[in-house]
Amino acid sequence: MTLQQIRLIAAAAIACLAAAPFVLNPFSITLLNYIGIYALAAIGLALLTGVGGIVSFGQAAFVGVAAYATAWATALNGYSPWLGLVLAVILTCSIAAILGFVTLRLGGHFLSLSTVAWGLAIAFLFGNIDGLGQHNGISGIPPISIGPVALVESRQIYFLIWAIVVAVLLVCYNLLDSRIGRAMRALRGGNTLVESLGISAFQIKLVTFVIAAFLGALSGWLYAHLGRFVSPGPFEAGMGIEYLMMAMVGGAGSILGGVVGAAIVTLLKNSVQDYLPLIARGASGQLEIVAFSALFILFLQRARQGIVPFLAGFLPDLKLSRPQAAAPLSRREQPPPGTLLLKVSEAQRRFGGLVAVNNVSFDVKSGEILGLIGPNGAGKTTMFNLLTGALRANSGEITFAGRSITRDQQFHIARSGISRTFQHVKLRPRMTLLDNVLLGTYSRTRTGLLTGALRLNQAEEASARYEALQQLERVGLGDKPFELAGNLPLGNQRVLEIARALAADPTLLVLDEPAAGLRRQEKLKLAELLRSLRADHLTILLVEHDMEFVMSLVDRIVVLDFGSKLCEGEPAAIRSDARVQEAYLGGVA
Amino acid sequence: MTQMFSIENVSVAYGKVEAVRNVSLSVEQGQIVTVIGPNGAGKTTLLMAAIGLLKSTGRMVFQGTDLARIDVEGRVERGLCLVPEKRELFADMSVADNLLLGTYSLRDRSTTRKSLDDVFDRFPRLKERSKQAAGTLSGGERQMLALGRALMAKPKLLVLDEPSLGLAPLIVREIFRTIASLRSLGVSVLLVEQNARAALETADFGYVLETGEIIQSGPAETLIHDPKLIAAYLGGH
Amino acid sequence: MTADIAAILAIDGIATGAVYALVAIGTVLIFTVTRVIFIPFGDIAAFTALTLAALDAKQLPGTVGLVVVLACMACVMEVASLARTGELRAVPKAVLGYLVLPLIVVGIVWLTMRFNPPMPVRIVLALLLIMPISPLLDRIVFRPIADASVLLLLTVSVALHFALVGLGLLFFGPEGVRTEPLTSMAIEIAGVHVSGQTVLILTAALVFSGLLFLFFDFTLIGKALRATALNRTGARLMGIRPARAGTIAYLLGSLMAGVSGILIAPVNTIFYDSGFLLGLKAFVGAIVGGMASYPGAALGAFGVGIIESFASFQSSTLKDVIVFSLLIPVLLWRSLASQHSEEEVEE
Repeated sequence: MTLQQIRLIAAAAIACLAAAPFVLNPFSITLLNYIGIYALAAIGLALLTGVGGIVSFGQAAFVGVAAYATAWATALNGYSPWLGLVLAVILTCSIAAILGFVTLRLGGHFLSLSTVAWGLAIAFLFGNIDGLGQHNGISGIPPISIGPVALVESRQIYFLIWAIVVAVLLVCYNLLDSRIGRAMRALRGGNTLVESLGISAFQIKLVTFVIAAFLGALSGWLYAHLGRFVSPGPFEAGMGIEYLMMAMVGGAGSILGGVVGAAIVTLLKNSVQDYLPLIARGASGQLEIVAFSALFILFLQRARQGIVPFLAGFLPDLKLSRPQAAAPLSRREQPPPGTLLLKVSEAQRRFGGLVAVNNVSFDVKSGEILGLIGPNGAGKTTMFNLLTGALRANSGEITFAGRSITRDQQFHIARSGISRTFQHVKLRPRMTLLDNVLLGTYSRTRTGLLTGALRLNQAEEASARYEALQQLERVGLGDKPFELAGNLPLGNQRVLEIARALAADPTLLVLDEPAAGLRRQEKLKLAELLRSLRADHLTILLVEHDMEFVMSLVDRIVVLDFGSKLCEGEPAAIRSDARVQEAYLGGVA
Repeated sequence: MTQMFSIENVSVAYGKVEAVRNVSLSVEQGQIVTVIGPNGAGKTTLLMAAIGLLKSTGRMVFQGTDLARIDVEGRVERGLCLVPEKRELFADMSVADNLLLGTYSLRDRSTTRKSLDDVFDRFPRLKERSKQAAGTLSGGERQMLALGRALMAKPKLLVLDEPSLGLAPLIVREIFRTIASLRSLGVSVLLVEQNARAALETADFGYVLETGEIIQSGPAETLIHDPKLIAAYLGGH
Repeated sequence: MTADIAAILAIDGIATGAVYALVAIGTVLIFTVTRVIFIPFGDIAAFTALTLAALDAKQLPGTVGLVVVLACMACVMEVASLARTGELRAVPKAVLGYLVLPLIVVGIVWLTMRFNPPMPVRIVLALLLIMPISPLLDRIVFRPIADASVLLLLTVSVALHFALVGLGLLFFGPEGVRTEPLTSMAIEIAGVHVSGQTVLILTAALVFSGLLFLFFDFTLIGKALRATALNRTGARLMGIRPARAGTIAYLLGSLMAGVSGILIAPVNTIFYDSGFLLGLKAFVGAIVGGMASYPGAALGAFGVGIIESFASFQSSTLKDVIVFSLLIPVLLWRSLASQHSEEEVEE
């Protein structure tokens, strides 16, 4: 399928939506209105939960805050609904920002549990504040007016609702295809991956959280002015799980899934309300929630993927065109060869009673390949994590380019010019090769949230895409930039990680056991690639177990054993060192 | 000699990446068999499949029983015990409690006291620290505890994943002495090691695993003098 | 507020806190062993109170129907999954565990009820009847997705809570209940009147958490449970089945929740949906302990109880809002305190 065909399908869908009110009966239009309103909140959750991996049960509370804000402003204070919108958005987003700031640093389930708690607290608040009508709610909310036209009938507000839904869909798709959106899509790969790309995971999570709340706010505003009445009921915890159900049934990773999920859940609910009384008279209210919860549990047990991704699997692959040549991204100034680049002095790291790295010191000079070797369990990976900020040293100092990075956060270290790869490959398997490498350009580009979502950044985006393609070509993966990363064999996944690291234009490239698990041919190719990088004056620190691979490649070697530095020197000297043979080559017994 | 454990044409895949391909090997009663190979060759993966922690294709038979439908716990109950690369100790529990949990799979726990004394005799360090939390132990002591805990289960086949990992030479020697002494207890051993020389010196039979495939096998005596292996793993001694 | 009032509020808060603490400890137990954040725990407590009330009124409790339905479902699922994997030899054992045992419990209750048993027996019956529910739910709902992420399990758990609330209304009806007081005596400590019920609550909380710790420290099964919580893979390698450990954890947790339900029933009116707030407040306590520490969870639960008590004095309508809002600073504190350890988890 081409991009052109997709645009045609989208245009046809929009035309159908526009024609709907002229063919459908009023009841169906009202139903469609509610679907659109729920879809907005569900799209927000699809972004938050599906894309960002943050499960929130509190979306209904955000919808409620917005609905109550606009109700208070318009029905109780007589302001225009448009002012109500402004108030609703500001209030909702501020609350989300504060809640997010407090909870987003926590592990996943703490965050989600807290959404249950504050979702409940906010809903309670609606029912207990005198100024908000307590449990009776607020009635008499005026309709939204566009110019002289008041959107009183459901046929009228239909156009506003669905125009907003379509616009939101468009903007969200743009956003996910932009710099910030790619960072959001990387969140599920874990904090270490995200931060290693120079991205502050916390910041991106917060942004995602506020966007989700913003969409909830739009939904709440429309809800208040469609029904012209608000009460605490529709914003309670039960509705929070219903929104989650919409997002997940539609396909939590999919924006369109929010709309599809909202439609399915709303229609299903409608028919359940019609048919349950036939099965069990008198008890339908209770059975409805039981049936819904049971269906949701069954869905989560059996078909977690959701409907839209499932259907998309049947569509032919999207054909995209290769990035065109564009102005290069600015490059970092590389230090002159031979100067001191990285200095590790007396670094120590303990885990309980185990000293994994014990007072290790060494230097890396600009332009060289340094091998950090040692038997399994010698502390290589821990040392590596200290360098990249994934772990903090208990004592000692690490300086990079003349600046101490001992206490820096991972993403700061990454931004200052250290790019890494992972021993256990961390790629986003459902993203294309090009998108994976584009993640690497994050720290070199500046496109913000809005510019990305509104596509005002095309020059920079083109440069970044061209840069990513060039790095793919540099490592020999340039022929299929739109292949999914998860489909590559292990050897190429390693190489893809290197391309991603290179896209950040690093001063120092640190590779964690890049040869592990590779076949001989793949190792030879990898060594070839690393040599070509050295020829380009890149400094490389190589943590490796495979002696043969290291010996043929590096300029100098540091040997670790039991967490301490055993010796350091040129490959030939290390090879003939008796201590190294004893410790490393298995001369025991 | 009777066959204790055999693996026939076993493959293990992580998604689309096949980490172990068509591996076959066998361990006879009372034998110590080692699998050596470089990092990432699939050694740990193979053992995880053998104990049932990873799904695999192919056939595995333990003491005449096909393991296909038997879960990890069932294998442990039958006497197939793994000491994993990461030790997997219960960090917040005492050394003694860790050891006692080793007997969980046994029907008859009347000999627990004696097993405990045996382990303490074998590793006096563990006795000294029996009240201490396992998480506070040093690397060598952790390995001793992991080994001791497995012995408490009275295994028929002990599967060891990199027992020398990260340990000082003196302790490595002690661990390998312990492994060799298991022969006299009638325990068979399947040993995975990157310390190829020590492993081959202890074992009766060896296999060489590279990128998921067995590329060589033979009596340990023969392998240890193989010039190609010396070049690749044994470091020109 | 005078010192007298403060003392009364504090004692009240401690009593409420003790009830929360029992539920919080059960929550931590189930979370550490099974990774499920079992939201319906509060519902279990509420159902116990409703069961006891029905027994008091000499009616067959709705719990009977609930247990029978769940037992049938669990049994069918277990047999079906055994049939799929071809392990037909295990079917009799499965039927015994998932169907016959719960039905025996139901039978005992049904038979005993005819003899107008005294209060202590009724309490035991209510606890007996409530205990199979969580293990059966575990089999039906969580076992098929035991390897899923904590977040997915939590989502399922929240959905399960809503299903249970619906079922609760169906089986118990909309009426609230308040059971007869367990004791009418009262004592005076330093001039402050303390009801016997309060003393009873505190004693029961201490005894049951004490029993739990003895179980953990002195039995192999208790140690196996702790081992599963600390390191699942390690436990499996010892032959400890996580599913079995989970069942035991659910049984124990249900006992704790059930006891708390019985303790609170004479003090508060309990409805079919009262469990949610009870459970969530216990959760706030458990979160204080990082969902990992029993003393931390108990301490947190007492804190919640005391704050709630003082908050309800200030504003009875907003007390729940105040309690849940307090979660935010607690989480902030935890996030600052746990930053370091989470880096290690990342490793």
